[in-house]
Amino acid sequence: MTITVRGAEKRYVSRGREVRALDNVDLDIAAGEFVAFVGPSGCGKSTLLNMVAGILPLTGGTIRHDGVAVSGINRAVGYMTQVDSVLPWHTVFENVELPLKFRGVPAAERKSRVDAMLARVNLTGFESSFPAELSGGMRKRVALAQVLVYDPGTLLMDEPFGALDAQLKLLMQAELLAIWQATGKTVVFVTHDLSEAVTLASRVIVFSGRPGRIKAIETVPLAYPRDPFKVRFLPEFEACYAKLWAALAPEIAKGEAV
Amino acid sequence: MSAHADEAAAIGGGKTAAVAAWDAEQSARRRLILVGRIVVGVALVAFWEYASGRMIDKLFVSSPSAVSLRLWRWLGDGSLWNHLSITLYATALGFIIGSLVGFVMGLLFGRYRTIADIFDPYITALYSIPKIALAPLFIIWFGIGIESKVAVSASIVFFVVFLNTYAGVRDVNPIYIHATRIMGGNEYHVLRHVMIPSAASWVITGLKVSVPYALVGTVIGEFMSSNRGIGFIIAQATGLFDTTSVFAGLVILGVVGAVINVGLRHAESWLLRWKAQD
Ligand SMILES: Nc1ncnc2c1ncn2[C@@H]1O[C@H](COP(=O)(O)OP(=O)(O)OP(=O)(O)O)[C@@H](O)[C@H]1O
Ligand SMILES: [Mg+2]
Repeated sequence: MTITVRGAEKRYVSRGREVRALDNVDLDIAAGEFVAFVGPSGCGKSTLLNMVAGILPLTGGTIRHDGVAVSGINRAVGYMTQVDSVLPWHTVFENVELPLKFRGVPAAERKSRVDAMLARVNLTGFESSFPAELSGGMRKRVALAQVLVYDPGTLLMDEPFGALDAQLKLLMQAELLAIWQATGKTVVFVTHDLSEAVTLASRVIVFSGRPGRIKAIETVPLAYPRDPFKVRFLPEFEACYAKLWAALAPEIAKGEAV
Repeated sequence: MSAHADEAAAIGGGKTAAVAAWDAEQSARRRLILVGRIVVGVALVAFWEYASGRMIDKLFVSSPSAVSLRLWRWLGDGSLWNHLSITLYATALGFIIGSLVGFVMGLLFGRYRTIADIFDPYITALYSIPKIALAPLFIIWFGIGIESKVAVSASIVFFVVFLNTYAGVRDVNPIYIHATRIMGGNEYHVLRHVMIPSAASWVITGLKVSVPYALVGTVIGEFMSSNRGIGFIIAQATGLFDTTSVFAGLVILGVVGAVINVGLRHAESWLLRWKAQD
């Protein structure tokens, strides 16, 4: 198992009030799996990713990654956070180059790897732009290039394509699937978009409303390689989508009633 | 994919019509401002010259022509440089020492929150003391030589830079620190790629504000006791009721301050070039 979550619990205390974000989550993610998290807003999806990345301590339970209990920053993952984490004072090129610099990769190799990665996310020509000069979707692509360039074995992605338009989203999904299949990475992918989850993931985890618990786990019966432009017209896609929606809809309704 | 080629073309080669129009508009505006500044400057000096002796006693306000003559004489006999160099030297030294210590302490306090919270009331108390009031003490400690002037200006600069650096480091978005560490950055990388650039706009603001303060600190030190420097000239001339020399000294200080500010503005716009324009 690449990621093992046992009895994970997170309570936030802020202004003297306790919020139970995540409650008793058990989850196993195998090496090379592509797992999607869906669930109502505020159910603790980002919280769980933050705990896998070691940014947040758990208040109960354990998380192991590659057999090691996570405590403190987990450098074995690549993490594309929900909020912008691209450094605004570095250019696009410098941002993507950073993880390679940290690893002591020589300059010539850095240049070729960064250039290749920028081409993959369609950002060639923007090397010397600063993030403030880019659109939200372009910044997301910089962040994607930044986590992919150093080739971590596990990718944590929190709504990475939420800010993209429908066409570009499909393109990026195809790109991500290609990279995933070529490299055999483990991917944990949070999304609000159920059809995106079905398109990409081998397994979809549905979370209940706050406090987040695992409500349903669904294996997607679609073979890889998948074409994001076409899979959604398959009958298996529809059946899987309907099952997931049946699990998710009441949770969303519940969330809105509060 | 072709959409992206277009995007790239839009920021890439050649001046388009829109870029040229924007450039033209900007240079027209700059010219207007420059002309306006010259007109205002000439008008002020002309009014001063006219009013001196006619509306106000020359003894109090001297006159631009007398002041220019005095400056010219000082320039010729070397006394201008003799006094200016010592003032600039003390200012620069005070500025460098004060901002270096302030910057390092600001980084440390920003990084180690508990230390900062422990020292906070004492720093605030020290900060509340007008640094000018320390000048006599510094003269006792360091004598009437350049050291006491450096100490006055360094103590002023220190607080401005320290407080700004501290505020800047506290202002760093933790998401950048986490992201950098997950990508493999160590403490040094976090400092170099997150803390310092993120605090840069605060630090530069602090530096910019503190340069004139450094000059003020030096000149005040020179007022109190010295035998060289622009502050000394002004103080001595005041004693002799020589307003022409007082104004000449003030003009020198004004010009020095303005020149330093222009340099700082250039440095600032280069260092903060990543910020979105407008
Ligand atoms: N720093 C914090 N302090 C207090 N409460 C927090 C904090 N961060 C998150 N929470 C709470 O924890 C719950 C889960 O937050 P989280 O960001 O993990 O949700 P999410 O599932 O990612 O939601 P979304 O889909 O909207 O991104 C929310 O109810 C939120 O209010
Ligand atoms: Mg979230």
